[in-house]
Amino acid sequence: MYAQMVKSTGTGLKSADEMSAEERAFQARIDAGEKIEPKDWMPEGYRKTLIRQIGQHAHSEIVGQLPEGNWITRAPTLERKAILLAKVQDEAGHGLYLYCAAETLGVSRDEMTEMLLDGRMKYSSIFNYPTLTWADMGAVGWLVDGAAIMNQVPLQRTSFGPYSRAMIRVCKEESFHQRQGFDIMMKMAQGNAQQKAMAQDALNRFWYPALMMFGPSDKDSVHSAQSMAWKIKMNTNDELRQKFVDQTVPQAEYLGLTVPDENLKWNEEKGGYDFSEPDWEEFFEVIKGNGPCNTDRLAARNKAWDDGAWVREGMMAHAEKKRARKMAAE
Amino acid sequence: MKTEWPLWEIFIRGQHGLSHRHVGSLHAPDAEMAIKNARDVYTRRNEGVSIWVVEAAAITASSPSDKGPMYEPSESKVYRHPSFYDIPDDVGAM
Repeated sequence: MYAQMVKSTGTGLKSADEMSAEERAFQARIDAGEKIEPKDWMPEGYRKTLIRQIGQHAHSEIVGQLPEGNWITRAPTLERKAILLAKVQDEAGHGLYLYCAAETLGVSRDEMTEMLLDGRMKYSSIFNYPTLTWADMGAVGWLVDGAAIMNQVPLQRTSFGPYSRAMIRVCKEESFHQRQGFDIMMKMAQGNAQQKAMAQDALNRFWYPALMMFGPSDKDSVHSAQSMAWKIKMNTNDELRQKFVDQTVPQAEYLGLTVPDENLKWNEEKGGYDFSEPDWEEFFEVIKGNGPCNTDRLAARNKAWDDGAWVREGMMAHAEKKRARKMAAE
Repeated sequence: MKTEWPLWEIFIRGQHGLSHRHVGSLHAPDAEMAIKNARDVYTRRNEGVSIWVVEAAAITASSPSDKGPMYEPSESKVYRHPSFYDIPDDVGAM
């Protein structure tokens, strides 16, 4: 799961002469590969960009539980059901690590949650696609978690210490999820004709949305330069997308499935595959809130938040009462 | 009433770990719930055998800008290191 369209708030790349002494010292630390920690001085743009990126990343973990949670009660075997449950629990944990990392930047978790709920903050576009069959659980694990890992492995070296440490924890579990997903795909691709057709259909529907997870093409990604100079981002969107395609196509071949792209071709010269770009118009529509499930996803989160308010308040009131009682007894 | 659950810092001593290590943080209404949630989130794969939770507000941290005055004085005190003393070879291991 990943943040894919983060606008950094800097005014574009500054040359060393335009920077203040503080900014120069900060950039020197970044260039030397030092990690920035919560109490260190940082430019306001760095702080804001990170809050957006980590927050968006956290939201993606939380909203990402919905498309998969959709199949918990309908998992085909008890073993698959237990695996899916464990995976969805892991995603909740990832959201939690990430919210904590974002909180070290001086924003509170409730604030971020409210921004998600009223649409001021985004989550990954991929979770606005529906999960229509059991095979989608395989495709999501294999492709979506696969794309997330491709994004997150380099982020283990990102310049902000708490984010980098959260990524180390997340990556370990995420590669687990990708294997689980591939295992589902394998079972189905090697099953009967109907099962194989379901697997192919899931690949057809999730291929381009997975490619979109890397964010817009480099030429349209106006904020990348600053994020890369600050080492918040380690690779360009297109670099990572290429790497993902190169790694995933042989896996699809192994499954005996066809990637839904007639332009897909090995390019000996560049040592990678040529492939069709996803439909960027669709991408920007989904990001804007007009994808197939945007309304449902936000409605589900809002309902959980609103309906749970009395429980949160009750827990807090109970904690207060216990504290008061303990004080009185002392 | 609309109050955010306080933040707790979580420390875990691993299976064979000698001391508690900071592993992350979480929100919980009280210490008991913080321990329960820490158990679920941070020891799902046998990561540890003991959990400490501390309310984040109770922690005071040193400031990075104090780095100089805080740690530099130790640099000039070589006599604190055991290698500072010359023990004759004839004495043997000491």
